[in-house]
Amino acid sequence: MTALLTIIVLVFILIAIWQMVKIFDLAQAKGGSDTSGVATDKDNTMNGYLMMGFLGFIYAITIVSLVKWGDLPLMSNSASEHGPTVDNLMVISMVIIFFVQTVTQFLLHYFAFKYKGEKGKKALFFADNNKLEAIWTIIPVIVLAGLIIYGLNTWINIMGVDESDDPLVVELYAQQFNWKARYAGADNTLGKANVRLIDIDRANILGLDEADPNAQDDIITTELHLPVGKPVLFKMRSQDVLHSAYMPHFRAQMNCVPGMITQFGFTPTVTTADMRLTPEMQEKVTRINKIRVENSKPLVAKGEEPLERYEFDYLLLCNKICGKSHYNMQMKIVVETQEEYDAWIKEQKEFKNSLIN
Amino acid sequence: MSAHADTHGHDDDHGHHHKETFVTKYIFSQDHKMIAKQYLVTGTIMGVIGVLMSMMFRMQIAWPEEPNVLFEALLGKWAPDGVMDADIYLALVTIHGTIMVFFVLTAGLSGTFSNLLIPLQIGARDMASGFLNMVSYWLFFLSSVIMIISLFVEAGPAAAGWTIYPPLSALPMAQGGSGMGMTLWLVSMAIFIASSLLGSLNYVVTVINLRTKGMSMTRLPLTIWAFFVTAIIGIISFPVLLSAALLLIMDRSFGTSFFLSDIFIQGEVLHYQGGSPVLFEHLFWFLGHPEVYIVILPAMGLVSEIMASNSRKPIFGYRAMIASILAIAFLSTIVWGHHMFISGMNPFLGSVFTFTTLLIAIPSAVKAFNWITTLWKGNLQMNPAMLFSIGFVSTFITGGLTGIILGDSALDINVHDTYFVVAHFHLVMGISALYGMFAGIYHWFPKMFGRMLNKNLGYIHFWLTAVCAYGVFFPMHFIGMAGLPRRYYTNSNFPLFDDLANVNVIITIFALIGGVVQIVYLYNFFISIFYGKKAVQNPWRSTTLEWTTPVEHIHGNWPGEIPHVHRWAYDYSKPGHDVDFVPQTVPLKDGEEELQH
Ligand code: HEM
Ligand SMILES: [Cu+2]
Ligand SMILES: [Cu+2]
Repeated sequence: MTALLTIIVLVFILIAIWQMVKIFDLAQAKGGSDTSGVATDKDNTMNGYLMMGFLGFIYAITIVSLVKWGDLPLMSNSASEHGPTVDNLMVISMVIIFFVQTVTQFLLHYFAFKYKGEKGKKALFFADNNKLEAIWTIIPVIVLAGLIIYGLNTWINIMGVDESDDPLVVELYAQQFNWKARYAGADNTLGKANVRLIDIDRANILGLDEADPNAQDDIITTELHLPVGKPVLFKMRSQDVLHSAYMPHFRAQMNCVPGMITQFGFTPTVTTADMRLTPEMQEKVTRINKIRVENSKPLVAKGEEPLERYEFDYLLLCNKICGKSHYNMQMKIVVETQEEYDAWIKEQKEFKNSLIN
Repeated sequence: MSAHADTHGHDDDHGHHHKETFVTKYIFSQDHKMIAKQYLVTGTIMGVIGVLMSMMFRMQIAWPEEPNVLFEALLGKWAPDGVMDADIYLALVTIHGTIMVFFVLTAGLSGTFSNLLIPLQIGARDMASGFLNMVSYWLFFLSSVIMIISLFVEAGPAAAGWTIYPPLSALPMAQGGSGMGMTLWLVSMAIFIASSLLGSLNYVVTVINLRTKGMSMTRLPLTIWAFFVTAIIGIISFPVLLSAALLLIMDRSFGTSFFLSDIFIQGEVLHYQGGSPVLFEHLFWFLGHPEVYIVILPAMGLVSEIMASNSRKPIFGYRAMIASILAIAFLSTIVWGHHMFISGMNPFLGSVFTFTTLLIAIPSAVKAFNWITTLWKGNLQMNPAMLFSIGFVSTFITGGLTGIILGDSALDINVHDTYFVVAHFHLVMGISALYGMFAGIYHWFPKMFGRMLNKNLGYIHFWLTAVCAYGVFFPMHFIGMAGLPRRYYTNSNFPLFDDLANVNVIITIFALIGGVVQIVYLYNFFISIFYGKKAVQNPWRSTTLEWTTPVEHIHGNWPGEIPHVHRWAYDYSKPGHDVDFVPQTVPLKDGEEELQH
C-alpha cells in the first residue's frame, strides 16, 4: 500500500516538474530572450529572489525543527553528575552555532540577491584586504580557543577516574545481541575472566576464572541496577565483535572491544522513580502513549494485541554496528536508592552458586 | 600509439595525427578529455545505484512494519513478501556509503575534473602519462564492476558499515555479509586504491612539470591548486587503507591476528590472540578522515573558480585561499582520532585530537568568508553552476558548524554514532561535494561535450534539490540529539523513540522527492549530449586557458602552439580594461600592474 502510494506521489512529482519546465519556457519566450543556455538578466532577477526565498526556507526549517523537535529530554534532563556540564557546553556551542549560521547564511543569500547581475553593470575589482582576512581569522581563533579549553576540561573530568572515592565496579559484557552486567560482590573486585574460559555446559557464560577467589562472589545479571549518588566504574568487555555501551541519559558511552577492557565512570543522580515524576518526562511519556494508542488501532482491527503502554526506563543501547540484531540490543537500567539496591543485589545468585556441576 | 602519447607534452608534436578507431577513441582512450568523460559517466551510474539504495533504506526506516512491493521487486529473496531483511538493510547502508564516498565523490568527482581541467588549465597537451591515466580509469571501472557483482553474492553483500570494522567484517559467522561479500568488497577497494594512486601520481607530476610558459604556481587557478593538493593527500593516505585492507584479508583468510583477539562466537573460541580492532580503526581513519577532504577539496576548487567567473570578480583573497587549502590538507592528516574518542583509546589522545580538530575550523572559516566576500558588489550571473556553488557554501557552513560539536570529545560522547553524525557529514561532505560536482558539470559541460545544458532544467534541478537536501538532513540533527542511533534497521523496539517516527517519515518523503528530482538532471545530461544547443568557445566569458581551445576536441588540445600565460586567472572587471574579463593569455598593458594577492 505504502509502495503504491509512493509510486503515485512520485509520478505526480514528475508531472509537476514537467509543468514547471513549460512555465519557465513560456516565461522566456514572452521576454523574447535567448535560449543559449547562459543566464539572462531575467534569470538573474528570478534566481536572486529565489535566493531570498531560500534564506526564508532555511530559517523556517530551523525554527520548525526547534519548536517541534527541540524539546530534547536527552539534552536537558541528564541523570548523572557530569551531565549538566556536558549539557551546558552543548548549549553554549549551539548558541554560537546558531548565531554564526544565521548571520553567514543571511550574508550569503542576501548578497546573491542584492548583487544579481545586470547588463552594463561592472563588478568591483576587490581582490584582497589583509585587515578583513585578519579579522575573520582571529575571531574564530578566539572563539575556538574558548571552546577548546572548556571542552578539554570537561573531557578530562569525565574520563579521569578517581579511584579514591571508592566506586562501585561493574562489568558490562556485550555479545551478539544482548548485554550482561557483572557486579564485583562484597570484595568489590571483579574476578579474572577470559572468553577462553567460557564453559556453556557449566553455565560459566562470561568466562570467569573459577580458581580466582575474587570471582567467587561475582554476580551476573541481565538488568543493570545502580544505587543513586554512588560513583560507578564500568569495565566493558565484548566476546565477539565491537559493541558500544550507550547510556544517553547519563551522557555516557564507551565501545566494548574484544580482547581489551575499556572503562567509563559516572555517578547517577536521579532515580528512575524520580525521573518518571519530572514534568518533562511525564509530558514525553504522555505524548508517546498517545502515539502508541493510535498505532494500536490497526493492530486491534486485525485482531492482534495492542501495543503495551510505555513507561519510562533508563536504557543501555548498543551503538556500534554489530550485526543483524544490532537494532534491538538493549538492557534496562534501574537507578534506585541504596536500600532498594541492597535488597535487589541480595536476591541475585553469586557466581560460585550459579555454576552447574 | 603509446610511445607517442607520452610525447604529447611537447609542443612539436601537436601536428601529428594518427588513426583512431572506435576502440582507441572511446574505450581504450589515452586522451585526458575522453577519460574525464568516462569517469563522469561511470560515476553517474554508480551514483544512481547509491541514491536508489538510500531511497530504499529510508523507506524501511519510515515505514518499518509495512510490506513494500518495491522491496520485493528490487531485493528479491532479501525481502520475502516485501518485508526487508535486517542484514540487507545494513548491506544497503554499507554499499550506499561506500559507493557515494569512493565511487561517486572520489573517482567521479576528482577523476572527472582533475583529468579534464589539469591539462587544459595549465596549458598542457595531455597528462604526463596518458597510458597510466587509461590504466587508472580501467582499474576504477573494474573495481566498480566487482563492487556491483558483490551485491549478488549468495550470503549477501558486505554489511559491516562503510568503515568495515573488524571483528564484524572479519568473521563470516558474525554476519552473512562478512563472507564472500566482504571478500569482494576488499578486492574491489584494493583495486580502487591502485587506480586512485595511479591517477594521483599522474596529476601531481603533470602539475609540477607540464605548466605552460608563464604559468607559475601563483598564477594557477584555484581548481588546479585543489586537485594538486588533493592528489598529494591521496598519495599519503590511501596506501595506509590499502595496508589495512591487506592485513584484514590476512586475518580473514590466513589466520593471522592483526585485528582479532579473544573471540568466542557461536559456541566456540577462535584461535586469534593479541590483535586489536582499535589498530584497524587507526589505520582506517588515517585514510578515512583525509578522505573527506579528498572529496571536498576538489569541490572547493571548482566552486572558487565558478564563483569568481560568475561574479565577474576576482576570487577574494587568492593567497589566503591557497594557504587555507594547504592548512586544511596538513591538519586533515592529524585529526583522524576524532572518530575514535570512545573507541577505548587513551583519553589523553582524545584531548590532542580535539585540539587539532577544532583548529581545522579556522582555515574553513576563512574560506567561507572569502567566498561570501567574493559575491559582495559583484555582478552575479545566476547560471545553474553559480547556484550550485552558492548552495555549496550554504551546506558547507551548515554542516561544518556542527563539526564544532562532534570534534569536541566531551560532546561527542553523547552524539557519537547517532543521526546527528549522519546529518553532519552528509551536509558538509556529501551534499556539499555533490553540489560542487554538479556545479562543475553545469559549468564545464560545454567544454566536455561542445553543447550547452538546458538552463531551465538546471534551475529546477537546483532549487528542488536544495529544498530536499535541507529537508532530509536538517531534521536529522534533532533526532540525533534525542539519542537515536544510526544503522538501526527499525526503531520500533524502542518506545522511547516513538515520538520521532513522524520526523523519520518527513525525512523519507524529502529523500524520495529529492531522489526523483535527479531524473531531471539525468534527462538534461543525456539529452543535451546529443541535442543540446551548440556551445560557443567561451560561453561564460572566463579567463582561464581551457576556453581558448576549440569547441571540437582535438588531440593535444590546441591546434597551434600552446598559449603563453601573462597574468593570474582572476582578472575580472579589472579597471582599465573595456571587457569585464581579461584572459590569462593577454599580455599586461604598458604600466599595468599584475595584482596577485
Ligand atoms: C540521496 C541522498 C542521500 C540520502 C537520502 C542519504 C541517506 C543516508 C542515511 C539516512 C544514512 C544513514 C543510515 C544509517 O546510519 O542507518 C546514510 C549513510 C551514509 N551516506 Fe548517505 N544519503 C544520501 C547521499 C549521500 C551522499 C551524497 C554521500 C556522499 C558522501 C553519502 C554518504 C553516506 C555514508 C558514508 C554513509 C554511512 C554509511 C554507513 O553507515 O556505513 N550519502 N545515507
Ligand atoms: Cu550493536
Ligand atoms: Cu574525520
